[in-house]
Amino acid sequence: MKIVNVTHGSFYGIGAYAAASLTAAWLARGYPPMLSYAVLVVAAIVVAVPFALVIERAILRPLYARDEVVILLVTYALFLILEDVVKLIWGVNPYFIAEPYALLGSFQVAGMAYPTYNLVLVAAALFFGGGLAWLLHGTRAGKLLLAVIHDPEVSRAMGVNVGRYYLATFVLGSLLAALAGAFTAPTVSVVPGLGVDVIVLSFAVVVIGGLGSLPGAAVGAAMVGVVRSLSVHYMPQVELFVIYFVMAVVLALRPRGLFSLAEPRKI
Amino acid sequence: MRRDHTVTILCTAFVFLALAGPWLPQWAMFIMTVAFARGLVVLGLLLLLRAGLVSFGQALFYCLGAYSAGALGRFFGVADIFVEMAVGGAVAAATAFVLGFLLARYRGIFFGLLSLALSMILYGLLVKSEALGSTDGFNILPSTLFGLRPGAEWVRYAVLVSAAAVALAAALLVHRYLDTPLGRLAPAIKDNEIRVEYMGASARRAVHVKYVIAGGLAGIGGALAATAVGHIDPEMAYWTTSGEFIFIAILAGTGNVAAPFVGALIYGAIHTMAYDLSPNTWQLSLGAALLLLIVFLPEGLWSLFSRYVRHS
Amino acid sequence: MSVILDAQGLCKTFGAVTAASEVSAAIEKDSVVGLIGTNGAGKTTFINIVTGYIKPDRGSIAYEGRDITRLPPRAITRLGICRSFQIPQLYGSLTAFDNMMVGIGIVLRNAGLAGYFSRGAAPVPGYGRPAEEVAEHLLGRFGLLEERDRNAQVLPGGARKLLDIALAMVAKPRVLLLDEPTSGVSSQEKFGMMQMVLDAVRAEGVTVLFVEHDMEVVSRFAQRVLAFYDGRIIADAAPQAALAHPEVKRYVVGQRA
Repeated sequence: MKIVNVTHGSFYGIGAYAAASLTAAWLARGYPPMLSYAVLVVAAIVVAVPFALVIERAILRPLYARDEVVILLVTYALFLILEDVVKLIWGVNPYFIAEPYALLGSFQVAGMAYPTYNLVLVAAALFFGGGLAWLLHGTRAGKLLLAVIHDPEVSRAMGVNVGRYYLATFVLGSLLAALAGAFTAPTVSVVPGLGVDVIVLSFAVVVIGGLGSLPGAAVGAAMVGVVRSLSVHYMPQVELFVIYFVMAVVLALRPRGLFSLAEPRKI
Repeated sequence: MRRDHTVTILCTAFVFLALAGPWLPQWAMFIMTVAFARGLVVLGLLLLLRAGLVSFGQALFYCLGAYSAGALGRFFGVADIFVEMAVGGAVAAATAFVLGFLLARYRGIFFGLLSLALSMILYGLLVKSEALGSTDGFNILPSTLFGLRPGAEWVRYAVLVSAAAVALAAALLVHRYLDTPLGRLAPAIKDNEIRVEYMGASARRAVHVKYVIAGGLAGIGGALAATAVGHIDPEMAYWTTSGEFIFIAILAGTGNVAAPFVGALIYGAIHTMAYDLSPNTWQLSLGAALLLLIVFLPEGLWSLFSRYVRHS
Repeated sequence: MSVILDAQGLCKTFGAVTAASEVSAAIEKDSVVGLIGTNGAGKTTFINIVTGYIKPDRGSIAYEGRDITRLPPRAITRLGICRSFQIPQLYGSLTAFDNMMVGIGIVLRNAGLAGYFSRGAAPVPGYGRPAEEVAEHLLGRFGLLEERDRNAQVLPGGARKLLDIALAMVAKPRVLLLDEPTSGVSSQEKFGMMQMVLDAVRAEGVTVLFVEHDMEVVSRFAQRVLAFYDGRIIADAAPQAALAHPEVKRYVVGQRA
């Protein structure tokens, strides 16, 4: 959408917290643990959609006409605000909801126990990633969205309700972030600052993959994940460092990322 | 001409401060010193902002400067404030020089988040390093000035005047720089880089130079801040620290080299008040204030000032 | 007459699009050459390749005997080849005067290390006068003095074109490539504008290549015409001969043979 959204990280954090709270409440009431996965999804939706709607309409909408740096700063300001809002609502102590994770147990792969939940994560990633790709390229609305992103002025001139598309995109994007957070919540301790780590990591992924490219993001994520796991296993001290090293190498060889979109002619 | 006014105002302010300084209460001297330190970092940000680049990672150089200053004391027993600032600035500038090869090729969001990522790497490295105190950091030696150790009551004043002197020098140099063809290239780079290339200049090289200057200034600021606070920790490289600098830059605006310092002073006051009022939500207050500024005062407080001056 | 710019066998494809196919032309010093052709024929691509914005897949460009094929635009500008753009490339938020000052500043900087630190009074190399005077002088040459304090982005179309060309002239080039200098200008004004530009430019002894869609302007001002079609040069002759060429008539002018 050609806006940089630092708030994206906040939605990840909020999704994780909401999922943690809701799931904990669900399990505390003795409801079937197997349905807790649905609870994760519901939590993410319930919390992300209203927030995203309000933010886009009230704050971002009036500022689209300004410099792109302004949007960057605004989402940064929102990020700061939301970090504290999260602390206010949920406190600073870590949340643990291991049940959805532990419930599925693990299975043996090459002599090591591999948690089944991780397969769920992979499946979810494929489902949502594939779904998004189908949405963008297979449906009329998706193709219209691509047109709007490419040139909002022309789209408006052709009668497309650009404002509605922007709103839908922002809500959808934030929802995906919240879902990611919700699904990750059972595997980590949910603490303040989740959002920051992820936004920086996501950036590495997007950079490696190429701005605006969905398959690129998938490849980038896979690369980052693999590299990170390898380094955690073999050289934990360089864990953070190695990802940015990879990013620097990719950028040095292909400045626009691995799968960058074609650039329109400027002159 | 406007140019002369800035120089005279800055010099007069310095002299005034140096003379009135000893009568200021200790807490005021502290706040002002920290304001000078932050102002130096923001002065560098100003250079980059004029070229249309927002660096979300100046905390990297700020922290490098602080740790260099601290390391001087911890490992070499050196505590001279000017040496600390010089070394801090040099280490930071050298790092900026190396990183600039990568960063100067990017603009907009890439530049911003790449700079953020780099500062977070430093944070991660420092947190993991036991020799440098990990998350606790370590204390810095009390400062000496050209080999003399001032008495306990005079330390703060000495640090303040040194800070003011360095800030004055930096402001004057940057002011002069903005008058040169290289300095005037900034708004051109922001507006139309293709034209800049076609007129025979390298936008990348210009950005690289500005990045190094900004890094060096941030390093000096970091060393200064470390001296004033007396303690160094990895938090200085955290993204929130960069956020503070951005906030001050927006607050101040890019109109004048004095603006960063005034902005830093105002920010210091606001921060202290907000923190005292509600320590758990000061980030929220900061974010909200930043939002309001962006919406209502995009050119910063300085634009109010210059509008007033023009009318009177 | 000596050859100042020599293009040999330039080839460039963008995927399925052939933007240049064996384009060769030897441009003589002090000449005025018109580049004609339909949209997408390869005229701007030619200019982009010559000025280093695009690197050709094959072929070479030589300037005064020196190979400049791989050089970036800023190096080529410094050697003495400048261009204007189809869509004027200006510094939108700066005034017309400041636009010129930026350009002059770059010239100062390129002249030597002392240029880095120059203030306002130092004479600009090549002009012998301080920067501000040079800026005013150039603005005057192109009839832009009245617009001097207006921001570039609010200037009317014709003024933007002229400012774009003025910026191209700052570095005192020996070869000037103008990309559609009169496009967007009304038919009555085209001739006057072209005359003003050529007067301002030719006084310095500059070789000019200009892209033009108006055949009357081409006939009037060009000494030689290069006609492009589908990435190839289909005619290379004096204007009358070129415009009478059957392929040119069919593909460029649009007349059935």
